Amino acid sequence: MIAIIDYQAGNQTSVQRAFAHLGIETEISADPARLAAADGLVFPGVGAAGQAMALLTRTGLDKAVRELARSRPFLGICLGCQIMLEDSQEDGGVKTLGLIPGHNLRFDPTMREEDGRPIRIPHMGWNRIRPVRDSPLFDGLGGERQFYFVHSYYPRPDPAYVLGRTDYGLSFASVFGRDGLWAVQFHPEKSGEPGLRILSNFYRYCRGSE
Amino acid sequence: MLSKRIIPCLDVRDGQLTKGVKFQGNIDLGDPVAVARRYYEEGADEIVFYDITASAEGRNVFLDVVERVAESIFIPFSVGGGIDSVAQMRAVLLAGAEKVSLNSAAVKRPELISEGAAAFGSQAIVLGMDARRAPVSPDRPSGYEIVVRGGRTPTGLDALAWAQKAEKLGAGEICLNAIDTDGTKDGYELTLTRMIAEAVSIPVIASGGAGEPRHIHEALTEGRASAALVASIVHFNEYSIPELKRYLAERGCPVRPAPAAKTL
Repeated sequence: MIAIIDYQAGNQTSVQRAFAHLGIETEISADPARLAAADGLVFPGVGAAGQAMALLTRTGLDKAVRELARSRPFLGICLGCQIMLEDSQEDGGVKTLGLIPGHNLRFDPTMREEDGRPIRIPHMGWNRIRPVRDSPLFDGLGGERQFYFVHSYYPRPDPAYVLGRTDYGLSFASVFGRDGLWAVQFHPEKSGEPGLRILSNFYRYCRGSE
Repeated sequence: MLSKRIIPCLDVRDGQLTKGVKFQGNIDLGDPVAVARRYYEEGADEIVFYDITASAEGRNVFLDVVERVAESIFIPFSVGGGIDSVAQMRAVLLAGAEKVSLNSAAVKRPELISEGAAAFGSQAIVLGMDARRAPVSPDRPSGYEIVVRGGRTPTGLDALAWAQKAEKLGAGEICLNAIDTDGTKDGYELTLTRMIAEAVSIPVIASGGAGEPRHIHEALTEGRASAALVASIVHFNEYSIPELKRYLAERGCPVRPAPAAKTL
């Protein structure tokens, strides 16, 4: 079973529907004991970093998530991915979970797209991911594929953790982490077949690491 | 580089498509869930649903459609049509839509945009605007005005000023429907599209007038749109989504290639 961490800041049901389509059982929960019983954890999220951190702290889930991320396969999605780093420029500066070294920065409106035009913010739509390191997450994807993004801040993890990059005004780390502790900036649950493949790869890894 | 999006638009009344959609082999489908699934498999980048049901009963039928769509397709989709409260936005988002499209209700009460953005994030709030050419006046410096009720009622609002106001209020995207070209199949309203797209920094979806692949190309290049809404050009099997994407790709327009084959 995959547990989807429920902290009222997310698209938990979209993630659950995507796993259900793959025939994978999930449970949406905020109970640390239930989360600890899962084969793997998905940490979703949409919205703002400040509010999400406030929700995590208020429910005491911040501590539980920090501990579980050490002992269970863990996949952060979108805002969940950003919160795994140390801090974010969003909401005037927010300290986040610090599971992986690095920071989240705001896209700069003076940045330019490859055609020379200023970027639009949010970065919304389909964009390529260029794998820069092998990862079980990429199994069966076959090179560059496109995924669905929606975000106004971008992650900048320690370069040692970068697994895949995307170009939008600059080249940013759209997939990062290490085996069993992954962060993806895009929405795998909304990225068609390649997105579903990422979720099924995560599940396979969870089952294999039991 | 970010891909330009092709977004089929489906009108739903009482849980059924208002017009059937013909796929290759002239299979005519009226079920919005089945049609959404087909477009998903063909490589649509997103889907827009407009609920044109009037009754409260029909609304519940529509929410059921939204839920079934969410279980069948794994790309973003948005829902519009008569949404005028945060409670209604919550209902369609919980049913599985990524975005809600606000139109007339936001003209009436612009704070609806900021309330929606505060509750669900800007990424979930699309401003749908219907605009048409109007004489330039001090109140309407852009030469385009906003109309409501399917283009019948003028509001006196300047289209450009309204787009910029909506961005400030927290809209994450604008779906710009040009009333003058809507249904003509003569091409999108490029002057209007470009004017709005250059005046805001959020993405703009061009809508109204697609009859040929080159129209879509024009909207995405000259018109500076991030996405193109398509209806009859794909619904009546004149062009398929993979054909439109190939056309754009051959002309150097970045698109997400249509999926090769179904695997999962």
